[in-house]
Amino acid sequence: MTVTTMLDRPAAHSAKTIWRNTTVVIGMTVMVSLILISVFVPVIYGVDPNDIVPIQRLKPPSVEHIFGTDAFGRDIAARVLYGGRVSLLMGALVAFFAITVGTLIGVISGYFRALDQVLMRIMDGLMVIPGILLAIALVAVSGASVRTLIFAITVPEIPRVARLVRGIVLSLREEAYVEAAIGLGTPVYKILWRHILPNTFGPLIVQATYVAASAVITEAALSFLGAGLSTDIPTWGNIIAEGRMYFRIAPWIIAFPGLFLAMMVLSINLLGDGLRDVLDPKSSFSGRT
Amino acid sequence: MSEPVLQVRALSVDIRGGGDRTSAVANVSFDVAPGEMVCLVGESGSGKSVTASSVMGLLNTANLRLSEGSIKLCGEELVGASKARLRELRGSRMAMVFQEPMTALNPVHRVGDQIAEVLRTHSRGMTRKQIRARVLELMRDVYLPEPERLQYSYPNQLSGGQRQRIVIAMALALKPALIIADEPTTALDVTTQAQILSLLRGLQTRYKTGVLFITHDLGVVAEIADRAIVMQSGRIVEEGPALEVLTRPKHRYTRMLLDALPVAVARPPRFEPDAPIVLAVKDLTKTYDERSLFRKSRSTKAVDGVSFDLRRGEIVGVVGESGSGKSTLARCIARLITVSDGRVEASGSDVAKLPNRSLSGYRRKLQMVFQDPYRSLNPRMTVAQLIGEGMANIGLSQREANERTRRLLDLIGLDHSVTSRYPHQFSGGQRQRICIARALAMEPEILIADEAVSALDVSVQAQVLDLLEDLRSRLNLAVIFITHDLRVAARICDTVAVMHRGKIVEYGRAVDVFAAPQHEYTKQLFAAAPGTDVLGQMVRH
Repeated sequence: MTVTTMLDRPAAHSAKTIWRNTTVVIGMTVMVSLILISVFVPVIYGVDPNDIVPIQRLKPPSVEHIFGTDAFGRDIAARVLYGGRVSLLMGALVAFFAITVGTLIGVISGYFRALDQVLMRIMDGLMVIPGILLAIALVAVSGASVRTLIFAITVPEIPRVARLVRGIVLSLREEAYVEAAIGLGTPVYKILWRHILPNTFGPLIVQATYVAASAVITEAALSFLGAGLSTDIPTWGNIIAEGRMYFRIAPWIIAFPGLFLAMMVLSINLLGDGLRDVLDPKSSFSGRT
Repeated sequence: MSEPVLQVRALSVDIRGGGDRTSAVANVSFDVAPGEMVCLVGESGSGKSVTASSVMGLLNTANLRLSEGSIKLCGEELVGASKARLRELRGSRMAMVFQEPMTALNPVHRVGDQIAEVLRTHSRGMTRKQIRARVLELMRDVYLPEPERLQYSYPNQLSGGQRQRIVIAMALALKPALIIADEPTTALDVTTQAQILSLLRGLQTRYKTGVLFITHDLGVVAEIADRAIVMQSGRIVEEGPALEVLTRPKHRYTRMLLDALPVAVARPPRFEPDAPIVLAVKDLTKTYDERSLFRKSRSTKAVDGVSFDLRRGEIVGVVGESGSGKSTLARCIARLITVSDGRVEASGSDVAKLPNRSLSGYRRKLQMVFQDPYRSLNPRMTVAQLIGEGMANIGLSQREANERTRRLLDLIGLDHSVTSRYPHQFSGGQRQRICIARALAMEPEILIADEAVSALDVSVQAQVLDLLEDLRSRLNLAVIFITHDLRVAARICDTVAVMHRGKIVEYGRAVDVFAAPQHEYTKQLFAAAPGTDVLGQMVRH
């Protein structure tokens, strides 16, 4: 298994090679620029995304509205840039919560055999329900807010993380140094914290990028379906949803948020792929250029 | 002498971006004549495997580059030959036998088909029937029982020795002029090793094949080689007829290798015969139950009624082949796994059935050193953290722990400055010393060494054994030394327990057991040890 070979790899070594991997560098650059733009929109682009100017309805891209305007005369550029904030926040928070909870469940069921069966069957149960349906149901019950959305998108992601971590822990607990630690009388929580957890980080970072990318898409899909945030908080999903009706006369309404969504997801995935190549010695040579 | 099948001249292989060494192989020249068995001997890093890969054209070009020299196979130059030509030659004119037969065979194909595939790719024009017949003939040549049935087996259904026979059959399939065998018996038990070596020897004489045999084991050299080439750090340091190299070594390094080789003559016990018993194992049994939903459950006894006493300052050796239950025994005694039945008495109490949480006192008293020093140290912890872990568990202050760590580093012969370094910055031998220091940090009474020197080169092995010996006399440690290597056992043990199929078949003072083995299995085991005759003679000289 890749996990065991990864352990032999000195940590300092891989930190250096990360920056030699083109995929990582490209993904990282695009992602960081999108993050910076989203964080600093109010400073760099002083247009209110909810400023309705009826006279400027459905204007194509021009000098004053570089991405054009929508059916209410709102500036698409401002909406797309502010929308990025929600998408990024969603991606980051969902990845964080899914990884934290998933790792906790994974480590517990990987190390304690008694709990394994119970926890994993619950995870199997969760995996059966299509993520988007679960999210729609949750939003329908408790109304759309950033908090519900994050919860709704996180829950379906947890089982995947938990399974990944459980697999790693199952093989790590057989490692000689874990056995050695038991022999030294190291208490269980210390074994988990010092010997097992640090060695799951590599695959987890990679998994986190995939979770983030999928969260961005799920959020957009939910907004598109009308189960997302209301339109006074612009998100890429609800901008596209609103633009759907005017697609034939004003394609820019959909094109720009779509483009940003694609760039964001692509850059996160590139980063994930690159990191996987770097962190997994089996494929590190092919990934390096 | 006829034209050599292999002629290597001034071969040099560079390491790209190499750290301490720029060349893996430097200016190596040698010949292999038809029907000759040439052994390339050296420790890890000596360049012996790189030499073999260069001949096969299988160099890992990501970090190695053949910079100079010529390799001629039956007069044909291989350096600079096209990839297609090399592929053609591999298999038909030269073949390779690898160390680990399980990885050399494809697990999802039947072994008979795998031999047939070699024939199909290289000799077109053979009919299906001819190929079938040849496969059976080859399997008979390597003395596989019932080839008609065995050809339909998958690799995992065969034993290690049988798998290696299949690999040898594949190598022989096209009657190559040269066979390169890279440590082909290292992964096998001694008795299997003896069989494979005699098989190779016999086939080689019959097929008139030149063999380049790569090994780290001088015993194997003594057993089969016509000529021996000793390599150190990428250079040939000595070359000559095997018997002469072994009995009258000229180079310092060869002498050092031979001296480091433990000799299978045991020394009398060196502990007080009436020293207090620190550990008493009584009828220890470990059963593995194979539960199945539909069939009757089966149970296997990995350890079957083992009893022995360990006195203060005694080193007891547990020897046996793989699967004999010696490692399971060690894990039972260390309570890393549960014990099915029997007693393990330490300072008056039975620890065999104690639950994990009540074991902390016992854990302190008994420490274990594992086989693979590369895996038994957490790669993300520094030496100070590694050695200090156990001491923190028993509540020693940081200052005391640092103090003791420094003393231990002195004891194992490492500099104090290494405490902030990580395991990957050390060699195998140094890592094993760190493992020993980690175990000793708990100030144990009993140390279990599970194949603790098996993964190490002989010269390093000697250092670690000396260290253990020294620690025993200084700290009055009792040691359970588990090994498959009889020479190592003879060198260090006071008493020996020979295990076979979970049982101790012979138990006694090492001198007695080695001088006059009583049990049939022990005799077999001793007879199978490679190079016993030649190396035994050397001792008497």
